Amino acid sequence: MKIELTREKVHNEFAKKVELISGQNLFACYQCGNCTAGCPVAFAMEVGPHEVIRYTLLGLEEEALAVNTFWLCASCLQCTSRCPKGIDIARVMDALRMVILRKKDRKDHIHVSEFQEGFLEKVPQIAFISGFRKFLS
Amino acid sequence: MDYLYFPGCTLYTKAKNFDQTARDCSLLLGFQLKELPNWTCCGATFPLATDNIMALLPPSRILARAREEGTTLTTLCSVCFNVIKRTNRLIRNDGDKRDTINNFMETNYQGDLRVLHYLEILKQDVGFPRIQEKMKKPLTGLKAAPYYGCMLLRPFEEMEFDDKEKPTLFEGFLEAMGAEAIDFPYKIECCGSFQSVGSPEVATECGYKILGSAVKNGAEVVVSTCPLCTFNIDHKQADIKQKYLDFKPIPVLYFTQLLGIAMGLDYQTLGFGQNFVDPLPLLKGKGFI
Ligand code: SF4
Ligand code: SF4
Repeated sequence: MKIELTREKVHNEFAKKVELISGQNLFACYQCGNCTAGCPVAFAMEVGPHEVIRYTLLGLEEEALAVNTFWLCASCLQCTSRCPKGIDIARVMDALRMVILRKKDRKDHIHVSEFQEGFLEKVPQIAFISGFRKFLS
Repeated sequence: MDYLYFPGCTLYTKAKNFDQTARDCSLLLGFQLKELPNWTCCGATFPLATDNIMALLPPSRILARAREEGTTLTTLCSVCFNVIKRTNRLIRNDGDKRDTINNFMETNYQGDLRVLHYLEILKQDVGFPRIQEKMKKPLTGLKAAPYYGCMLLRPFEEMEFDDKEKPTLFEGFLEAMGAEAIDFPYKIECCGSFQSVGSPEVATECGYKILGSAVKNGAEVVVSTCPLCTFNIDHKQADIKQKYLDFKPIPVLYFTQLLGIAMGLDYQTLGFGQNFVDPLPLLKGKGFI
């Protein structure tokens, strides 16, 4: 993937917005990759959590929001507990979800009407409630 | 001593076996779970976006109501425990958010409840030696894998449950019942959590790795503290089996079900019908029932 960096992008408001929602200082990240190494769902992510953080720092809003990384994050806090720089990465992943879910055009990540038959009966409500919190605007 | 008890929604439906066995065991151990009157949903996630105060209201409401009834609140579900304990701490330490929440709910809650997981009661208040004394059928020879998952432990500064990488509380509990606690590297890994709704295949994979790791280290049964974990590592074994043909199902029990067996409760009251993988062959084979 070709990524173009420009002065405008690097200084845009995207990183600030993510920092504001997550309450984290993204600039503390020194890209050690510890977060990604311990992430239980990294195998299915297009890029690791540390890479999304880098995209965000470089103001690459489009690239950062296009990957599946934060949608797959299970908020397990393993990365948060292991980050040597004390960044709560799970909060950053949540903030990225929020940036999309709070946009005016409703871009929900899941749609109840598309659930397979029998799914609603099978899955416990705790999974639905937390899932809806994470995936619906 | 009695403890205020918040069951949470899943313990009223898909995890009745967890709720009932915990209540029965507590009576045998000399305490009672006093269910909160009119309890409501805990919200099922602690909001990670710092500006999402709305999502703090469900757990705050539970806390404020519980405080009118007593000073200690206990839960069984790890997710409820995590949400309620983190919110309690936030109300105690963050004056601004505390005021906003209290103003909105017209309450005056200060975050001064003691929030305990049932396992903590067993460890701190009852004590493992006393549990040992209560054993009618010690689980001698049972190789049990304690699966902690995430929510009991993390964030560990807030949960104050056990060591963040090498917890031992659960092992101590299993050993008090006479079982052999199996150490396995996936005991604090995530079960996939709510991804069973967002990306079910990913959660299937998480479950496969956890169970595979437990079996590889000799486990005959995996022991859980959470209805969401249990869904992902027990009920999803159907999906795992479909994907990995050589996968052999392994029973997953709630820790209170094991405690019930060990304290001599009639196995027909332990709700095994709600467990996906039938544990009876194993338990019968070991002579526990
Ligand atoms: S562990 Fe922390 S410092 Fe290391 S890459 Fe991840 S966020 Fe950055
Ligand atoms: S919180 Fe999310 S990003 Fe961090 S380790 Fe867990 S699943 Fe991976």
